[in-house]
Amino acid sequence: MKRILLIAILIISSCKSEDREVVEELKVYDFDTLEPLLNKIDDKVYVINFWATWCAPCVKELPYFEELNANYKSKKVEVVLVSLDFPKQYEKKLKPYIVNNKLMSQVIALDDTDTNTWIPKVDENWSGAIPATIIYNKNKRRFYERSFNYEELQEEVKTFLN
Amino acid sequence: MKKIAKLMIAAILVLGVSAFTDGKKEAGDGYKVGDIATDFKLENINGKMVSLSDFEGAKGFIITFTCNTCPFAVAYEDRIEALNKKYAKQGYPVIAIMPNNTDVKPGDNMEQMKIRAKEKGFTFPYLMDKGQKVYPEYGATKTPHIYILQKSKKGNVVKYIGAIDDNSRDASKVKEKYVENAVDALLKGEEIQVKETKAIGCSIKV
Repeated sequence: MKRILLIAILIISSCKSEDREVVEELKVYDFDTLEPLLNKIDDKVYVINFWATWCAPCVKELPYFEELNANYKSKKVEVVLVSLDFPKQYEKKLKPYIVNNKLMSQVIALDDTDTNTWIPKVDENWSGAIPATIIYNKNKRRFYERSFNYEELQEEVKTFLN
Repeated sequence: MKKIAKLMIAAILVLGVSAFTDGKKEAGDGYKVGDIATDFKLENINGKMVSLSDFEGAKGFIITFTCNTCPFAVAYEDRIEALNKKYAKQGYPVIAIMPNNTDVKPGDNMEQMKIRAKEKGFTFPYLMDKGQKVYPEYGATKTPHIYILQKSKKGNVVKYIGAIDDNSRDASKVKEKYVENAVDALLKGEEIQVKETKAIGCSIKV
């Protein structure tokens, strides 16, 4: 009995520390360090979503990206959520959001104020409005300045899987 | 037979609607630098209708698509006010337009616009893009989004499109004041060096 209790405690505490780890691990990039993630050449399909906790349409579509991540992980699809929250909101808003919503996709924060330089490098047609998404693999790339529902997102990703 | 006709109509409708929304989502449909911007007639927070043609003494305009609810727009409120203080008397007043659908963003409705303008002491017109007809013509996609116009015999020529400066987060760390540089150049009769810039903003709510 004692042993079971001990195991239970271990499991609970390990879950907790995992949660904390996720949040402590929030990686903050500037554009120079982010850019390689937008240009990987391997056999995966990358879905890069630019969002922020203050952006209502972004938060609305986030569950679809999470669903995609869960359903297509085995098909070599990787979702990366790039947060554009202000740094002063990382502790107050972003980290609690990640924990409370149990986000499983990789979340990174982009802290680079020189938007006029890096926005056109993401895509020359991007006006800077979010949400915005890139889907790419080693052969092709598409940029979307729009919102998605799950079906739309899935349809787009499927065109990269053939 | 009727059924088939109905189905066909439905299919046409679906196609038509999806083509329409796709078209709307494409960025860059609006004005380019050098285009003539059409005038508008929009309601100001004081209840009066405002058109560009009302400003007879103006040399041009700093058209600012902005709102109450976007953190980037809020971060720029004081700087927009400062632009109006500096340039209205030199012939380039700020004209702010709120482009969001207020059913989606009630925080941007006329009542809230009035409250915000009063709190912040806005000295520029703060207009409601009722029916959301003006912002698509300009091609604005987000708040804040600036269009500098210069009056000419042909009409109001678009001279600059983009951000106010290069640091939305911290006014004290700004290195390049895009809008000020552009208006200064126009006032001196010089060529604007940076005519278009990009910045992160909140998508306009439709």
